[in-house]
Amino acid sequence: MSEPLLEIWNLTASYGRAQVLFGLTFQLRQGEVMALVGRNGAGKTTTLKSIMGLVPATAQKASFKGHSLSHLPTYRIARLGLGYVPEDRRIFTDLTVEENLEAGRKAAGAGRSPWTPERLFRLFPNLAEMRGRRGNQMSGGEQQMLAIARTLMGNPDAILLDEPSEGIAPVIVQMMAQAIRAMKAEGVAVLLSEQNWAFAASISDRAIVIERGEMRFEGSMAELIADERLRAETLGV
Amino acid sequence: MDLSFLAIQALNGLSSASSLFITACGLTLVFGVTRIVNFAHGSLYMIGAYTAATLVPRLLELSFGPVTFWAGILASAIVVGLIGVLIEVLLLRRIYGAPELFQLLATFGVVLVVQDVTILIFGPEDILGPRAPGLRAPVEIFGRRFPSYELVLIAAGPVVLGLVWLLLRKTRFGVLVRAATQDREMIAALGVNQALLFTGTLFLGAFLAGLGGALQIPRVSAHAGMDLSIIAEAFVVTVVGGMGSVPGAFLAALVIGQLQAFGILIFPKSTLVVVFLLMAIVLAVRPYGFFGRPEVIGGAHAVGIASRERSPFATLAVIAVIGILAALPLIGDAYVLKVATEILIFALFAFSLQILIGVGGLVSFGHAAFFGLGAYGAALAVKWLAFPMETALPAGLLLAALGAALIGAFVVRLSGIYLAMMTLAAAQIVFAVAFQWVDVTGGDNGIVGVWPSTWASGPTTYYFFTLALTAAVIVLLMRIIDAPLGYALRAARDSTARAEAIGLYIRRHRWLAFTISGAAAGLAGGIYAFSRGSVDPTLLGIPTSVDALTMLLIGGIQTVTGPLVGAGVLHVLRDQIMPLTSLWRLVLGLSIIAIVLVFPRGIVGTIRNWREERT
Repeated sequence: MSEPLLEIWNLTASYGRAQVLFGLTFQLRQGEVMALVGRNGAGKTTTLKSIMGLVPATAQKASFKGHSLSHLPTYRIARLGLGYVPEDRRIFTDLTVEENLEAGRKAAGAGRSPWTPERLFRLFPNLAEMRGRRGNQMSGGEQQMLAIARTLMGNPDAILLDEPSEGIAPVIVQMMAQAIRAMKAEGVAVLLSEQNWAFAASISDRAIVIERGEMRFEGSMAELIADERLRAETLGV
Repeated sequence: MDLSFLAIQALNGLSSASSLFITACGLTLVFGVTRIVNFAHGSLYMIGAYTAATLVPRLLELSFGPVTFWAGILASAIVVGLIGVLIEVLLLRRIYGAPELFQLLATFGVVLVVQDVTILIFGPEDILGPRAPGLRAPVEIFGRRFPSYELVLIAAGPVVLGLVWLLLRKTRFGVLVRAATQDREMIAALGVNQALLFTGTLFLGAFLAGLGGALQIPRVSAHAGMDLSIIAEAFVVTVVGGMGSVPGAFLAALVIGQLQAFGILIFPKSTLVVVFLLMAIVLAVRPYGFFGRPEVIGGAHAVGIASRERSPFATLAVIAVIGILAALPLIGDAYVLKVATEILIFALFAFSLQILIGVGGLVSFGHAAFFGLGAYGAALAVKWLAFPMETALPAGLLLAALGAALIGAFVVRLSGIYLAMMTLAAAQIVFAVAFQWVDVTGGDNGIVGVWPSTWASGPTTYYFFTLALTAAVIVLLMRIIDAPLGYALRAARDSTARAEAIGLYIRRHRWLAFTISGAAAGLAGGIYAFSRGSVDPTLLGIPTSVDALTMLLIGGIQTVTGPLVGAGVLHVLRDQIMPLTSLWRLVLGLSIIAIVLVFPRGIVGTIRNWREERT
């Protein structure tokens, strides 16, 4: 078992007076895909945003590749090699596909073959056909691909992926699954927040289940698939 | 009027369009990325002109020639760019998340500081710069002589547009700037240091302002006051072009340049009126300008008066305060009463603004227009119609209410920063009319001999008269806050969409608020005119509008009594400090900045907070 890449101990977060996360503890290891599942409003998005420093949160320990994340501004967290693809994609709609990729570009670490637009276009052939198109003229699925490709341009060691299957066609969900496998093959770890259980189950090595901001399960995906009672209780599947 | 004359006018229009575009382009770029409307942009323009007018002649003494001249212009612009960096690092960086009113006020604080510092450094005299070597001889166009420097200016606009376009489209910096214009948080999540990006943008914006100013030196002398005149024009250009849009600014500058060149032929005195008409038409058809977009709104959410428990002692407190104020003549001398009268007038003025800002969330930056209309309305009635005070005051109030209803009808379609800039522009128009229509308004000298009727004259009587009127109107306005109109305004302030969804016709409520607020400000202006015996255009100027805003800021924008306390504090401070120093604007500017940074809740808000925390 490899060293944990991302380590989170006792993460809590609040919006004003309403606490949303109550002490989450988990690790993400190099090159693994870990699903973060739970019902709507369980705190999945907040968990990812807290790690990126986009919402105020506290943790006993939060580290990535041995660097503490506490008190770091978002851009420094991203520069450590932690990528983030938000739920609503947040494509720069005034920018073309190529310019969106340029906005995400960061140098790769030593000994890695960097992601280039050409490589990403092979991974997402749809994007190759619309290099010069602006973000506001793309479908939801295409925007989702672009959001992932843009983050990969930063050559991250791990990606926080927030609901990539939300609101897109099944055939594109299949492409997402392929893309996640391709990232994994490159050694990129993925923390995948998902509502689409079948999708999450099909590509994840491990899983954590949260319910109303608390951890209910951490273990292998196979274990979670076997535990029908827990799934019915926490996920309704 | 022959064809060659028209051609020359068109060229004149093009050269002023170029100058205007170069400056406004910086303003719109900075707004696009930082979402801050930088009031100090005009100050940067002024610094550019002063720096170039001082630096270029020295350089020309060392080595005379066109290269030296243009190098000097460029160096001046770079100096101004670095000042922009300083402003970003010291101030703007701390207020990116603040409500837009605070952003506007803080950058206006910089305007005040720069005005005094400029005089300290460059002296009070206007500085005429050198003419450009190699461009001294006029050229002949259609048989008329045309300054060759103007031709260079005409070319400079498109060149700057082209360079800025290349920078934005073809460089990584440009891609990041455009991305940040849309989503700052996402750009950070991609690992981009926003701080650096913003500092870079401020350098670029300030550089362009400095360049715009430096290019003026062969045409006009560097003088104090050029900051506010250019900022009003630059605001019009950016609003008409669409906030944040560089091509929009270019197109708007072209249109406005031509309008000014030919407007002179129609309204020889006031081209600003033509420009305003254009702005009104454009915004009526396209509320966000040529290329602007609705989602481009600045600053954080509007803050204002929240619902609160009515204290059981509120009525008692009001009666007690009025009682104490009524007893003032027993202890105060004539001077104290004069100051107290002015404080009461400004309290009413500030409170009328609070109806718009604190209750309605409508950041009006031109409230002086209504104060001034009230004052001028009363004074004009005295001068031309020989009205006594009893009828002149209502005449002033009526004129202010009509003005507010007219301006309100245009601006209630807008919100946030657009509304702030439109109200400011409208106030500048009223100012221009009062300043330029000399036959009627007396121009710069204003109107004198506006004295109260015999029964009301004398400091004590006039004080009582003022107290009665202001107290009555303020109590009435206070009731509006908790009346259905007040609820509707506050609902629209907190969520326009939800307020509309429950069936409120927001524009009508806001228009009504404008009219009522304008009428109250007009009454204050009228009373002020009779207390001084005269009116002049400064009553309508930007500094008067900012005075009212500063009173709100000092007292606390989220409080009912804040504006009244703020009016008192500002007036007393001014009364005490102004005689001691010639640097009042510096003191005031730094105070405004300090309040925004340290005390954003104001006096009353801070006290209330402290009391709430204790219980």
